[in-house]
Amino acid sequence: MTIRVYVTDREGQLHELEAEPGWTLMEVIREAGLPIEAACGGCCACATCHVYVDEEWLARLEEPSDDENAMLDEAFEVQDNSRLACQIRLDERLSGIRVTLAPEF
Amino acid sequence: MDRSEPIRTDMVIVGAGPVGLFAVFEAGLLGLRCHLVDNLDKPGGQCAELYPDKPIYDIPAIPVCTGQELIDRLMEQIRPFEPTFHLRQMAQTLERAEGGGWRLTTSAGTVFEAPVVVIAAGAGCFVPRRLPLPEAERFEGRSLFYAVRRRADFAGRRILVAGGGDSALDWLLTLEPEAEEIALVHRRDQFRAAPDSVARMRELVNAGRVRLIIGQIAGLEGEDGELEAVRIRTREGEVRHACDRLLAFYGLKMELGPLAHWGLELHEGLIRVDTEAFETNLPGVFAIGDICWYPGKLKLILSGFHEGALMAQKAFRYCRPEEKLVFRYTTSSTELQKRLGVRA
Ligand SMILES: Cc1cc2nc3c(=O)[nH]c(=O)nc-3n(C[C@H](O)[C@H](O)[C@H](O)COP(=O)(O)OP(=O)(O)OC[C@H]3O[C@@H](n4cnc5c(N)ncnc54)[C@H](O)[C@@H]3O)c2cc1C
Ligand code: FES
Repeated sequence: MTIRVYVTDREGQLHELEAEPGWTLMEVIREAGLPIEAACGGCCACATCHVYVDEEWLARLEEPSDDENAMLDEAFEVQDNSRLACQIRLDERLSGIRVTLAPEF
Repeated sequence: MDRSEPIRTDMVIVGAGPVGLFAVFEAGLLGLRCHLVDNLDKPGGQCAELYPDKPIYDIPAIPVCTGQELIDRLMEQIRPFEPTFHLRQMAQTLERAEGGGWRLTTSAGTVFEAPVVVIAAGAGCFVPRRLPLPEAERFEGRSLFYAVRRRADFAGRRILVAGGGDSALDWLLTLEPEAEEIALVHRRDQFRAAPDSVARMRELVNAGRVRLIIGQIAGLEGEDGELEAVRIRTREGEVRHACDRLLAFYGLKMELGPLAHWGLELHEGLIRVDTEAFETNLPGVFAIGDICWYPGKLKLILSGFHEGALMAQKAFRYCRPEEKLVFRYTTSSTELQKRLGVRA
């Protein structure tokens, strides 16, 4: 089954992406060629895959780990719905998830 | 201008990440002396800076080790070759030396002359992340800093420190006694700094000597580069915190930096090399590890080690043009074993 992911880029444009189960959210966004730096390649070591998750989806995600929270400390414009996309592993239950790319820094 | 006598050596390596370190080994086996330059305060590059405690599983014959363990082992492996480290300085300029070879100058004014320069600069230099506010630039270097270069800049000042890691807390604790007043701003009431520093910070907060603000920086106010206040977004709304020094620690990011102006042929921000010797378009200047590009390049530590071994073969010819290079194994060669210090 393919998983659908809706991503709003920094210009406000909406993109509908498809992912395989087991991919991370960062990987889907990066493979689609959208501007997500993901400098550390998904190792939770750079905070350049920062996204805002739509409120209705936020509660369905697992809580961020201590590592993820510590990395978010180094990001800017962090909000309550801020997450690192590389730390969100997709499965069927997350099909339809909506996120917005956080500003670049 | 400082015209100090240059350091003359065989090989200057820019970058003391895993690949630069192993290049010392490969060069050392061939009898070449190395000096390394890195703008960080310790060797290890990404492994030591970004993931010291995370496991690596794809180093041949080491089923698992952490980033820091890999660096510790490399340091042990290259010790017999007595490399010299020049840390906390950036390789700044590269030009032809008068008598042939290359002349490399660092941001600290150290000058090297060597027939071979090896660029093992990874994804570039680690530089502090800047505040992504349009007005930040006006204050940088005058009242907004990302590192403490001169403590005198902070003495007797009203300082705001931003961040929750070790750098932020260490400097908060160091500057507190000499500041007129000092505050800490962090996005949440949890700190990843060492528990001991966090405890000391909390004591100072309780004693009324440090003000702790939970929030994020939203804007800077001041004239002519002189900071007057920082606007902070908190749960209760925006607050204006009066201060005249801001010391912000938002981690590090990587930039190609000065290398971009050395006349090297680039490919999408990486240095193009041949795959025989990993030499750049400048003869005697090599590039290995994450910074180099050739068709099929993989950014793996393993690949960087291989690149270093081949590079050293050609580097030898620049350094010892009159000598013949004989291929030998460390297992059987008494000469190599002498260099390694395992045979008298
Ligand atoms: C989180 C994470 C996990 C990883 N896991 C693995 C793994 O499991 N296996 C694997 O093979 N690879 C892994 N990698 C990739 C691996 O770390 C890199 O391939 C490796 O660090 C590259 O080594 P390097 O020596 O080329 O460069 P770096 O490690 O980037 O070191 C370059 C050094 O050069 C310095 N420098 C740059 N420019 C200058 C200048 N002008 N002057 C002075 N100094 C300069 C920098 O400060 C830095 O210290 C991982 C990377 C990350 C971020
Ligand atoms: S890609 Fe670096 S933290 Fe997610």
